[in-house]
Order: sequence, then C-alpha cells, then structure tokens
Amino acid sequence: MALGFFSRLKAGLSRSTQKLGGGIAAVFTRRKLDDAALEELEDLLIAADLGPNVAARVIESFRSSRFGTEVTDEEIRTALAAEIARVLEPVAVPFVPDPQHRPHVALVVGVNGNGKTTTIGKMARFYGEQGLKVMMVAGDTFRAAAVEQLQVWGDRVGAPVIAGPPNADAAGLAFDALKRARAEGADLLLIDTAGRLHNKGALMEELAKIIRVMRKFDETAPHSVLLVLDATTGQNAIEQVRVFKELVNVTGLIVTKLDGSARGGIVVALADTFGLPVHAVGVGEQAEDLRPFSAEAFANGLVGPSIRLSSPDGDEKKDGEGDPA
Amino acid sequence: MFAQWRDIFWGERPLFEALSGKLSGVFDGLAKRGALSEADVAEAMREVRLAMLDADVALPVVKDFVTKVRERAVGHEVLDSISPGQAVAKIVNDALIDALGGAGAVPLNLNAVPPVPILMVGLQGSGKTTTSGKIALRLATRERKKVLLASLDTQRPAAQLQLQQLAERAGVPSLPIVPGQTPVEIARRAMDTGRREGFDVVILDTAGRLSIDEALMNEVREIRAETSPAETLLVVDAMTGQDAVNTARAFNEAVGVTGVVMTRMDGDARGGAALSMRAVTGAPIKLTGSGEKLDALEEFHPERVAGRILGLGDIAGLVEKAADTLDHEESEKIALKMMQGKFDLDDYAAQIRQIAKMGSLSGILDMLPGMGKVKQALGDKDLDTSVLKRHQAIISSMTRAERKTPAIIKASRKKRIAAGSGSTVQDVNRLLKQFDDMSTMMKRINKLGMKGLMRQGMSALMPKGPKPPGGRPFG
Ligand SMILES: Nc1nc2c(ncn2[C@@H]2O[C@H](COP(=O)(O)OP(=O)(O)O)[C@@H](O)[C@H]2O)c(=O)[nH]1
Ligand SMILES: Nc1nc2c(ncn2[C@@H]2O[C@H](COP(=O)(O)OP(=O)(O)O)[C@@H](O)[C@H]2O)c(=O)[nH]1
Ligand SMILES: [Mg+2]
Ligand SMILES: [Mg+2]
Repeated sequence: MALGFFSRLKAGLSRSTQKLGGGIAAVFTRRKLDDAALEELEDLLIAADLGPNVAARVIESFRSSRFGTEVTDEEIRTALAAEIARVLEPVAVPFVPDPQHRPHVALVVGVNGNGKTTTIGKMARFYGEQGLKVMMVAGDTFRAAAVEQLQVWGDRVGAPVIAGPPNADAAGLAFDALKRARAEGADLLLIDTAGRLHNKGALMEELAKIIRVMRKFDETAPHSVLLVLDATTGQNAIEQVRVFKELVNVTGLIVTKLDGSARGGIVVALADTFGLPVHAVGVGEQAEDLRPFSAEAFANGLVGPSIRLSSPDGDEKKDGEGDPA
Repeated sequence: MFAQWRDIFWGERPLFEALSGKLSGVFDGLAKRGALSEADVAEAMREVRLAMLDADVALPVVKDFVTKVRERAVGHEVLDSISPGQAVAKIVNDALIDALGGAGAVPLNLNAVPPVPILMVGLQGSGKTTTSGKIALRLATRERKKVLLASLDTQRPAAQLQLQQLAERAGVPSLPIVPGQTPVEIARRAMDTGRREGFDVVILDTAGRLSIDEALMNEVREIRAETSPAETLLVVDAMTGQDAVNTARAFNEAVGVTGVVMTRMDGDARGGAALSMRAVTGAPIKLTGSGEKLDALEEFHPERVAGRILGLGDIAGLVEKAADTLDHEESEKIALKMMQGKFDLDDYAAQIRQIAKMGSLSGILDMLPGMGKVKQALGDKDLDTSVLKRHQAIISSMTRAERKTPAIIKASRKKRIAAGSGSTVQDVNRLLKQFDDMSTMMKRINKLGMKGLMRQGMSALMPKGPKPPGGRPFG
C-alpha cells in the first residue's frame, strides 16, 4: 500500500494543482512582487477555496514581509506553502484510538453524500490491519440501501457490521451495538450515521440523542466525533463545522475526495477558525484510499507542484507511511 | 415571529430593496445625482465581488460578471427618484437573474421518440440516484409517463440496490439487477427493455466520477453514444465551491450537458455554484433538490437564487410560503403594532395561530441567512410547536388586562394562570421571558431601521448569546 499510494497521492495532488501552480508560474517568473502580482496571487488562493477573507490575510502577511522584492516562481511557491503549512501544522493530528476504552467509540457524522460510509470502511481496514478488533454500526437507517452499502464494506475489509431492522431507531441501535462490542472485546467501534444538513434542527437533535443514549451505557462515549467533509465544499463548510461542533462536539475532521480537482482550500479557513484536528484525507473510492493529513503535503498541494513532492525520497516515506489517521 | 420579517422584506420588489439597502451604505454621503461615475461603481463592485465569492461563485465567473455589470452601470443616469445605491443594486440584481437564466423555468425536454433516455451524471455523492428517483416520481405522477429507472453504477457498493429501493418507494419499475454487467451493457439492456415494454422514459443513473478521471469520463462518453439521451443532466451539490467550474467544463466537454440539477438547496449554502454551472455549460438549471424525500424536487427560481448569492436569503421563498398561509390583514395589523412598539400578548397569540398554520417554524428559519444562529439562540424547545400550543393555552388563561399589560403578572397571577392552563409557573415565566425577548428584538429592529438591518444581517437582532468559536488570529 505504501508504495502505490504515494505515487497516487502525488499524481492526484499534481493534477489538482496544475492550474494553480501554472498560474503562479505565469505570474511570478522573474517578477517584482508588487500590488498587481499580489492581487493575482490572492486570486489564485481564492480559486482554491480558501475564501476571500483568508486569502486576503495570507496575502497581507506576504505583503508585509516580501513586498517589493524580486522573487522567483519557486521562492513564491515555497514561501506561500510554508505560510499555509504554518496554519495547518497544529491541526495535523492523527486519529489514535485510546486502548483504555474498550471499545473506543467513534461517531461519524456529516452532511449527505460526503463520504461517511466509505471513510468508515477505509478506517476499519486500516485499524484492522494494525491489529485492532474493529466493529462497524450501520447507523444510517434512513437512506435507501445505506445498510447494505456498509455491509459490502464489512465483507470487503473483513470487519463485522452491526445492523438493525429497516428504519430502526439509530440511537437504540448504537446502544445495542456498544453493548455488544464491549461484550465481544472490540477495540474500535465505528458508528455510521445518516447524512444530515446542519441547518435541520430535528435531525441534529437525533444525533444528540444517539450520544445521550449511548452514555447510558458508557458515560464517556463517544470518545471521538468525526466530522467528514467533502473537499469540493465551498464556504458553507465553515457553517457546517460551526454547527456540528456546537451541537455534537466534533473532535476531529476527515476530508474526502481530495483525489479530484477540488483543492480543499477551505481546510485552511477551518484550521484558522476552529483549530480542530484534521485526522485524515480520502483520496479515492477504494479501501486503501485513506491518507494521513500532512500539513506540508496539503499546503504544497494547494500552491502547486512542490519541491518536496517531486524529490525522489526522504519525505515521500514520511508522508506515505504515517498512520492514515 | 416572522411578520416583522415579512414587513421588512415584502416590498413591491423585496430583493431589489433589500439589496439597495446593502449597497446604499457604499453610497452614504454621496448625495449627488446624475450619471454614475466609474469611482462610484467601483466601490459597489467590490462589495458585489465579495458577496459572490463568499457565495462560492467561481472566481472567473465573478470577474466576468462584475466586468459586465460595471460596463452597464457606469454612465447610467440616476433618476431623481432613486439613490445611486438603489440604481446600482437594481442593475446588479437584474444582471444576476439574467445570468442565472432569466425568469422562466425550463422544463425537461422529452421531445424524442420513446423511450426517451435521460442520462444523470455528476461527481460522487452529488445526489444523482436520489434525483433519478425524484424525477421518475414526478414524471410518473404529474405527467402520467411510464418511467423505467436503471442504475449503471457498478462502482459504489449497493448503488443499484439503492435505486431499486427508491424505485419501489416511487412506485416506478426499475431494471432488474444483473451482476457482472458493465455500465454500457446495462445501458443497452435498459433501452432494449424500454423499447420492448413500451416505456415513455428511461432514466439512466450513473456512478459518480471525478472530472479528471479519464477512464470513467470515457465510459460515460460511451454510454452517451450508445443511448443518445434527450437530456444529459449534471447533478451538482449546492454546497460546491470553486471547483464547480472544473466539474462543469469536464462534464460538458465529455457528454454535452443539457441541464443542471442543483441538490441540497434545503441547506444554507448560498449556492453560487449555480451561477458557475450556468456560465460554464450554458445549460439551464432545470430543477433543484430540496430534501431527501422523493417529492423534494422543485423548479428553479433564478430570482430566489440571486437573493441567496447576494446574501439576502431565500426571501422570495419565504414570502411565497408566508403568502400561501398567512392571514394578510392580521399580519399587517400585527406588523404595524410591532413597529409602533404596541405589541402585546394577544398579538403574540395571533402570531402563534399563524405559525401553526405554516407548519414548521424551523423550515421557515432555514430559508433565511444567518438563521441557524437564531434557531440555536431560541433553543430547540421553543421551535417545537407543542411549546407554541402551550403558550397559546397559557395566554388564553389570562385576563384581558393581563394580555394587554403583561407587566402586571406577578406571583399570585402566575399561579392562577398556570393552574388554569394545566401548566407550571415556570412555563408561565418562560412564556413571559420569551415575550420580553421578542419585544426587545422588535425595539432593535426599530432602532436599526432598514439600512442597518440589511447591513448587519439578522444576527444584529439577536440577544448577545454565547460567542461563536472565535477565530485564532492568522499566523
Ligand atoms: N473519489 C472519491 N470518492 C469518494 C471518496 N470518499 C467517498 N467517495 C464516494 O462518494 C460517494 C458517497 O460516499 P458515501 O460514503 O456513500 O457517503 P455518505 O453518504 O456520507 O455515507 C460514493 O460514491 C463514494 O464512493 C474519496 O475520497 N474520493
Ligand atoms: N438534504 C438533501 N439531501 C439530498 C438531496 N439530494 C440527495 N440527497 C442526499 O444525498 C446523499 C447522496 O445522494 P445520492 O443520490 O446517493 O448521490 P449519488 O452518489 O450522486 O447518487 C443521500 O444521503 C441523499 O439522501 C437534497 O436535495 N437535499
Ligand atoms: Mg452513508
Ligand atoms: Mg448514485
């Protein structure tokens, strides 16, 4: 996995950064970093979904330190990536199940269609391979065939899936599953939930209920609440995180679909605003397509083909073989 | 609760007025009349640019739009009757509605020899399968078409089963699942079945694919060549950010998009992707998804989306919903009283009756920007209509004097009212507190006036609650 995956990530990232990187090259090759140049750079960041405000602030700190100097394309890229990595560094925190909890309960939440179920399948595979006993709960009792979807994942990665009857109450199911996982000595319990838009009060209350009911069995549960975010999401991600965090106390983020052309620049704004850990990124639809979140790789991905990414060894190993979560 | 919003927004041309309120700040102190100068317009265009970027309109599309509007605006003669701010606002608003496709909704094109194929394409998780089910239901019930649903998704686990279950819910047949067939083979079988069994429409739901995935883009090209769909609908999530242009371009180049469906319009994303989609593909936005249920499919209303993009909320939608259910005269009376600060518990009870008629209050709040916070500030309990019913009961146990002057309700009266309405003294206290909050909110509205309200948004009205998670300074 480590071998194939880095080249895949690299390919994905360079694909998705071609345009931005090309843009920087066009703008900055042997040029003065003047007002016009900074404005164009700001535009490039906006086009990567950093949002107009964060983009403006990144450019402001650039302006103060480098305004007027002659810069090359490469210098700009490196400095800009470093600036962004600085914001991301504190949130690059792996997801490590706490062995004291048996099981460590992770509730996986988010808006519709962003990759929750797929991410759970990927995580089950990864932590299973690490030797943990992982169980999954088909807590999306609403969407058509959502239970069957997770069951296919269970077969794929060889982890048991706990499911209830159709339209079962998700909270009751989570409670039963937690009891069973405890009895069977599971290390990690991954609870899938139905997608819900954060502005739907009743559905958000349902999530809060899942937590309340589980706490009747284990008052420390859930030990993690993972919010899944789709990298194609624009500025609305900020509101998503704000509301989910406020109502169900999100402990960390996982960003999916980074293998596409979306660059996920909103993560920079999220890191800046909330400082929530970003545990992992999804880079494909297969079980092995989960990567650790690396501030440096992500920042490099945002600003263009990077020195690090194209260097033959060293960091490749570091980025590639870390815990995906 | 909303009569005041209605009163604020419901002008002859609510959007225009709201927008001019927002932009007029830019023109404060610019009392001159005559032709708009380049400098006047430039300032306003900066605001417009920011609003659009915040709404996720893709940057190249924003630039193009702003350039066009600037050209239209500079030199525009400002009539004596309106301010420069209003003039620019009108130009912006009109141009945006125009760019979104003008006023009329474009229906699905079913003008082909049956079975008419409809091809659904888009990124992973954008809502293709759900929308397929919704369109099938709509065509079957509203247009009495015989519709066949076929899933060509061999990628996502249980995707074919998902469509099959949706078909059952919609009461529409689906193509039997044959494991091991390729998407192109399934497409062929679907069309054959459609012909043989006399279907009017065959909806081909495909797997999600990334715009940069050459292999899968080729596959969908092949499906298109095989079936020659009358409609190729690109299904897009309303929350999509700047990447919308890449998606639009790639799918349009590969399969020629004939229409766009924006899903998750029930969220609070401002939906700028709609404009990006329209600008890049040139295809009309034909439908919008507004929920997970199969009947949550709606026509596209450019003027409403224009309002969302400019940060003014789905005011038209709110107004329409209100218009359907409200007793106008009563609302107007109440609104007037509010503005005069004469709102009493009788009026509150009247409002509760109206709200009950409209159904879900949260559904209404969802239509306005920034209302998520209002909802939280109010607390979930107060949105529960059972609470409203309790309030109604409590108010009806009060004397006329108490309803007119709630301040006279002290301990012994509270006890009597609680007993009379089968509630507790705490319930009565809560009601009085909420009434108090509402009165405070109304005073704020009066103080801020239209302009201030538009500039600061609804959040300006809220009691200072717990602060949202603060931003750490950047670097
Ligand atoms: N390309 C890509 N697709 C993904 C990724 N994660 C999930 N998906 C796809 O996105 C769609 C929705 O995923 P799903 O897990 O069902 O989302 P849920 O509704 O949040 O549970 C499916 O087609 C997945 O295969 C990812 O990292 N990359
Ligand atoms: N709130 C909301 N959810 C939607 C809408 N359309 C689809 N969904 C949900 O989005 C998720 C993904 O939809 P699906 O049709 O499976 O997407 P596909 O992968 O493109 O086929 C499901 O949970 C749907 O219920 C919509 O208009 N509003
Ligand atoms: Mg799911
Ligand atoms: Mg699908």
